[in-house]
Amino acid sequence: MPKTMFRKIWDSHVVEEPEGRPALLFIDLHLVHEVTSAQAFEGLRLAGRKVRRPDLTIATADHNVPTSDRHLPFADKIAKQQLDVLDKNTADFGIRLYDMNSPDQGIVHVIGPEQGYTQPGMTIVCGDSHTATHGAFGSLAFGIGTSEVEHVLASQCVVQARPKTMEIHVDGDLPAGTGPKDLMLHIISQMGVAGATGHAVEFTGPAIENMSMEGRMTVCNMTIEGGGRAGMIRPDDTTFAYVEGRRHVPKGADFDRAVEEWKLVASDDGAEFDTRIVINAEEIEPTVTWGTNPGQGVGITGSVPDPGDYEDPAQAENAARALEYMDLRPGTAIQDLKLDRVFIGSCTNGRLEDLRAAAAVAKGHRVADGVRAMVVPGSAAVKILAEKEGLDKIFKDANFEWREAGCSMCLGMNPDILSPGERCASTSNRNFEGRQGKGGRTHLVSPEMATAAAVAGHFVDIRDWEYRDQ
Amino acid sequence: MQPFEKMTGLVAPMDRANVDTDQIIPKQFLKRIERTGFGEFAFFDWRYLEDGAPNPQFVLNEERYQGASILVAGPNFGSGSSREHAPWALGEFGFKALIAPSFADIFTGNCFQNGMLPIVLTQDEVDTMMGKALQRTGYSATVDLEAQTVTDDGGWSASFEIDPFRKESLLKGLDEIGQTLKKEDLIAAFEATHPARW
Repeated sequence: MPKTMFRKIWDSHVVEEPEGRPALLFIDLHLVHEVTSAQAFEGLRLAGRKVRRPDLTIATADHNVPTSDRHLPFADKIAKQQLDVLDKNTADFGIRLYDMNSPDQGIVHVIGPEQGYTQPGMTIVCGDSHTATHGAFGSLAFGIGTSEVEHVLASQCVVQARPKTMEIHVDGDLPAGTGPKDLMLHIISQMGVAGATGHAVEFTGPAIENMSMEGRMTVCNMTIEGGGRAGMIRPDDTTFAYVEGRRHVPKGADFDRAVEEWKLVASDDGAEFDTRIVINAEEIEPTVTWGTNPGQGVGITGSVPDPGDYEDPAQAENAARALEYMDLRPGTAIQDLKLDRVFIGSCTNGRLEDLRAAAAVAKGHRVADGVRAMVVPGSAAVKILAEKEGLDKIFKDANFEWREAGCSMCLGMNPDILSPGERCASTSNRNFEGRQGKGGRTHLVSPEMATAAAVAGHFVDIRDWEYRDQ
Repeated sequence: MQPFEKMTGLVAPMDRANVDTDQIIPKQFLKRIERTGFGEFAFFDWRYLEDGAPNPQFVLNEERYQGASILVAGPNFGSGSSREHAPWALGEFGFKALIAPSFADIFTGNCFQNGMLPIVLTQDEVDTMMGKALQRTGYSATVDLEAQTVTDDGGWSASFEIDPFRKESLLKGLDEIGQTLKKEDLIAAFEATHPARW
């Protein structure tokens, strides 16, 4: 029987799957960060357990690290303690750590692919919901909680009920001015924030096949915002070209052999999915969220919806609540929304390609008066590469802040937060209430749209942007 | 883990959809390195005013819901971040069982790891309980995991599905890691045929 990619990877990692019970699944790569691991290591100590496979476990500091003035003593003592505990835990248990001052530090979902740890056909977990990112390589990657982190540390296995499968087929090409972020905001607005709950999702279709690896990572990253357990894309020549030559990827003849194996990971022709959704890429516009979940989005030529227009009373109430929090009035044109802050970065849109796209928009322009805009590279390596290309200079000339790598204002665990009432265009993944700071108002957009909004001081249609070459 | 025993308790309503884990426990409280101490910060942004006083508009601050151990909520409860601090906070706040039309996947797993029971009922059934909890002071219900039923103080009852493995783990309070480590031979055999990538 033809098999889905999900099923192939699942089956090849099952240690045990008794009838009617969850499987014991072997994990090829376990990514660890400071916020969700301390209690897991403590659990190991209390039970007298070891880390079974330190060689398959990688740690970094990303969530709470400051993105400026790293030479100064930590202002936040509790955050410092959490980092110290990560240092100690990784040292005690023999785990490789890319700490805050390492040239390989960065957001866990940026450094995995960057260093070639992430490869096709693998199972990957991390105590972080955006682990889905790694599925862009044709691997099965999903977020887990701290107890499961402890489970994987102790056994290199996780107990999982097999999810259902879903195909999201994207027909047609993405129109000019739109990209992976717009695609995902559009998909989630169509299927809802719980549309893929319980499913491992495979994205297919020409728009996906023609997409770069970095774009595919944005797509898989946002799968969780539609409720999906995992997002996946079949590995192809784009994938193999991306991974070739990276530090932990096989070399020479070993690489060629690996590619032959990786090709077999793709879903077989005729493989059936439990659920299938078809999206028409041609109708996608640059998209902006107006509400407090990632499914509450609208095209840039649209306006803030009227809760009274929803047929479903529950949706109407959600919308009304969101508008109250966001301080928006129905019917306001999206392009009339004025901004106080702009954030470019995160595991969704903090990679080199995102920064290139943003810099192309910023070039020769200036951030509008009254707007504070920051660019936070996804990793120290992304920062160095961007600087080699002179992107930092473009941003700084345009009055954007150019900062150190980390999760930063995506979740505001470090000092990068919104003040109450501030309105922000953000390339991150969640516009939940208070996510970027209590009382802060987040609008999710692509890097290009965020940059243009910083320059204009309000949202603008990137399709009309005046790109300057000077 | 403590076994989940048949329990009766006051029902508190949270009549909204998509309650995400950022609301359940905001990020500024995720820097703790212990599993405890989160209950006082549960729903922090909704629960407290700027000056730190309890927000009288927040439902769980109402006098009649003090001591509630069952929370009935809208669909997609626990969405967003994988932070296990969310069930830790809810548990310390006093909840032992959560009832909703649906829960987010990672959150569901995290509840089971902490002896907390996420119960999926139909939207109609949730509406029934939500309505009673909103209208009637002292509304309580009994959760019987063995029988897979929720029965309220008026005799209304609904049954729910649960993965048999999760049910057994909760009822016995099993240490899941200990269970897995008993399978050392199976894991070692798998590893022998599965070389590391680097």
